[in-house]
Amino acid sequence: MTTVIQLTINGMAIGAIYALVALGLVLTYKATEVLNFIHGDLLMASSFIGWGLIVVLKWPFWLAVLATVAIAMVFSWVLDARVMRLIVGQPQFAGVMLTIGIAFTLRGLVSMSFGPESRNYPTPWTNQKTQLGGVVIADLSLVIVATALLVTLALFWFLRRTTLGVAIQAASQNQLAAFLSGIRVKRLTSLVWALTGGIAALCGLLLAPTALVDISLWFVMIKALAAVVLGGFGSIPGAILGGLLLGVIEQFAGVYLPDGYKDAVAYLVLIGVLVLWPRGLLGDAHGRRV
Amino acid sequence: MRFDYDTSYRDGQALLRYGSGRAAYAVLALLLLAAPWALGKYYVGEMTYLFIMCIGSLGLMVLKGYTGQVSLGHSAFLALGAYAHAWMLGKGLPFALSIPMAMGFTALIGLVIGLPAIRVSGLYLAMVTLAFAILTEHVIGHWDAVTGGFNGMSVANPVVFGFDLSGLRPFYYLCLGLLTLVLLGLVNLMRSQTGRAFRGVRDSEAAAYGLGIWVSGYKVLAFVISAGVSGLAGALLAHHVRFLTPEGFGLFLALELVLMVTIGGLGSLRGAIFGAVLIGMLPVFISRIKPMLPEQVSKQFGLEIFVFGLILVLFVLFEPKGINGRWIKLKTFFQTFPLYRKDLFKRGKTYMKSERYK
Amino acid sequence: MTMFSVRNLSLRFGGVQAIADLSFEVAQGEVFAIIGPNGAGKTSVLNVITRVFDPSAGSVHFEGRDITQLARHRVVNAGIARTFQNIELFEGGTVLENLLLGRHRFGHGNFFAQWLWTPGVRAAEAASQAAVEQVIELLDLAPHRKSPVAGLPYGVRKVVELARALAARPRLLLLDEPSSGLNPEETRDLAFWIDDIQNDLGVTVIMVEHDMSLVSEAADRVLCMNLGQRLALGTPAEVQSNPAVIAAYLGA
Repeated sequence: MTTVIQLTINGMAIGAIYALVALGLVLTYKATEVLNFIHGDLLMASSFIGWGLIVVLKWPFWLAVLATVAIAMVFSWVLDARVMRLIVGQPQFAGVMLTIGIAFTLRGLVSMSFGPESRNYPTPWTNQKTQLGGVVIADLSLVIVATALLVTLALFWFLRRTTLGVAIQAASQNQLAAFLSGIRVKRLTSLVWALTGGIAALCGLLLAPTALVDISLWFVMIKALAAVVLGGFGSIPGAILGGLLLGVIEQFAGVYLPDGYKDAVAYLVLIGVLVLWPRGLLGDAHGRRV
Repeated sequence: MRFDYDTSYRDGQALLRYGSGRAAYAVLALLLLAAPWALGKYYVGEMTYLFIMCIGSLGLMVLKGYTGQVSLGHSAFLALGAYAHAWMLGKGLPFALSIPMAMGFTALIGLVIGLPAIRVSGLYLAMVTLAFAILTEHVIGHWDAVTGGFNGMSVANPVVFGFDLSGLRPFYYLCLGLLTLVLLGLVNLMRSQTGRAFRGVRDSEAAAYGLGIWVSGYKVLAFVISAGVSGLAGALLAHHVRFLTPEGFGLFLALELVLMVTIGGLGSLRGAIFGAVLIGMLPVFISRIKPMLPEQVSKQFGLEIFVFGLILVLFVLFEPKGINGRWIKLKTFFQTFPLYRKDLFKRGKTYMKSERYK
Repeated sequence: MTMFSVRNLSLRFGGVQAIADLSFEVAQGEVFAIIGPNGAGKTSVLNVITRVFDPSAGSVHFEGRDITQLARHRVVNAGIARTFQNIELFEGGTVLENLLLGRHRFGHGNFFAQWLWTPGVRAAEAASQAAVEQVIELLDLAPHRKSPVAGLPYGVRKVVELARALAARPRLLLLDEPSSGLNPEETRDLAFWIDDIQNDLGVTVIMVEHDMSLVSEAADRVLCMNLGQRLALGTPAEVQSNPAVIAAYLGA
């Protein structure tokens, strides 16, 4: 029984990261109809920047976190305002290709500047554990879950309760109508990009201490895609739920299924859900209207 | 300036209507046939690799360029073709039988992947194929008994009716010959009913249904053809690399293929060739310019990824029609000289057709 | 002589009743117009006929055959072609290629013959081109034959769509708002063409239309719908003077 609880909690910790990454993906997708493949690489790049600030420049942890998030936000804002805007109105596929291209450019840049070695940096919670009942939890996992929770709640509050958030929602539903009602759609899109950029940086900084600062960190984005799909494409609560569920499924697969399944299970879920159950957990029906 | 003045329907059907075009292709054919005798060993090998990539690029072009179905995981079909072929050769099957069987096998997998593709489209399909590619790489890496896992698997020499074609020049001609066959076959297919139906499915499903095009059927057919051709490319690639490892068929290869068709120019076989040649040559080109770069940059791994990404970005932003689009513009410029206007190919203002999933 | 009939047709989307117990018959060689305020369910009728939607109840009959359950891509083989309200052309192709796609239902050789581009395929392609040329002639599309459709003016694109439907050699042609977006001159041309299609080609036409001048000029009979139901049916003059129709339009 303790194993089950332990696995569930470990799964939730990993799942919280998936959920947070998924959240960023869904946010950009809902607001701009772009499936943002840069997300994973921005996350990866942020972990490198965080490492540079903490280990090389010896900045305090919190300052480094703030700085990294700010850099990622500015980068994303500029990216949307200067690059992504050029392809507005082109088929959806152009957005996919463009973000993949930018993602690769970014990955190449990081790889050229930092080299292929993995690194690590200390956090206030490194190597600390908390005993809860019979279950041992790394403090880092608790921080991850707490951050995910906080970001989600803050985002919900922002989208539901603030004028800006409602404007974003309006623009995501009908850009032209929103524009005609006096909403500055372009600026809003950039704002959404900046927000997701900040979330990506946060994810990178949280993930790196458990998984090492490494180029391959971007791969978490594909796991997050599985989470997005599982939750029902375009649904923010769905993405959170899908992420948590996927984390737990992976943990259980690692223990109860033969070797090698743990890493593959996310992709099986992705394919399985899309083919058999495209609506996912909380999604609306999809498909273009005639 | 030249007008097409057709005097019979046959004129409109002809692939090369004018003497100039025929002469140009004849020269190209002669050059390609003579190349292995004029070039150094290294370049003969590189050209063979280009031919194989051309086949792979053509395979993806059928799917993506003609029916508009996005696949971010075509590396999987190359991998399946390569491993199936190598495995059958290892079991003692002759080359001439193993190649079509490997193609058939990948086509069958294409059918299996294509069937669900009827239900999902657009981004969903991109994600399914992406996951399929990662999964395939994963399975190959872990199925030691058949694939040799991460230790790899050696590939027997290609022996056709008693002749060993593993030599540099024989293998060059083998690949050139197969590429020509594939290209001609696809040219024929794309200019007849099947190709038209593919384009119809791509541009408007509603209209395609209304005109009697069985949309799902053609979508799956495109998957099958695409997978089969990619399987052939994989099988040839197996001989080229001589030793198969799962890493050789990773997402980077999938991206290379997507890059080829995208920057080549979607919806054109010529574009697939252009793209494959350019992207296939890029690593060679990069390794050539590396010595000229400062030490810090050149010794770092990642330059290739950076250049690939940058090229993709530039093409999407500035020439979405790809190299083929640029080629057509150039041709029109000279054919209509001096009447060419800069906005001749500018599309009329169209309202954004949202593809979002409501 | 009845060629086409819709019997007790209903279509429901969730709580919305798009078509409610609608019945009408169309005679061979007739031009039959469907009018009605926005949201009356006119386009839905065409969509049910061409099997885009499954009706909730009722049936559709064409030339003595029940086509309610036909596969969507087989409707044209039964002899029914259509155009769309918002032009659905194959944007990547030229006018000629669009029209040749209209000939899809006529065989052009099997897969392997196409692959090898056999003489049989070549002959079939040439025959299709000849057939397409007749349509080009009829609708005056010759100047645009090799133009990419994406760059053509709206009015011409509309005609290309009509031509593509005709290339399929239908016996029943469904036109969804053929005159929307056309200027008065183009609309007048359209009236003549519909006349040609009816009299020279012998094709029966059902059209959804807003422009009453076109309807009175081209249509033999008019069905007026409102809220998915039949409001009036008769000659254009009869329907126009029907009090219920006037009320529906004026919202009285």
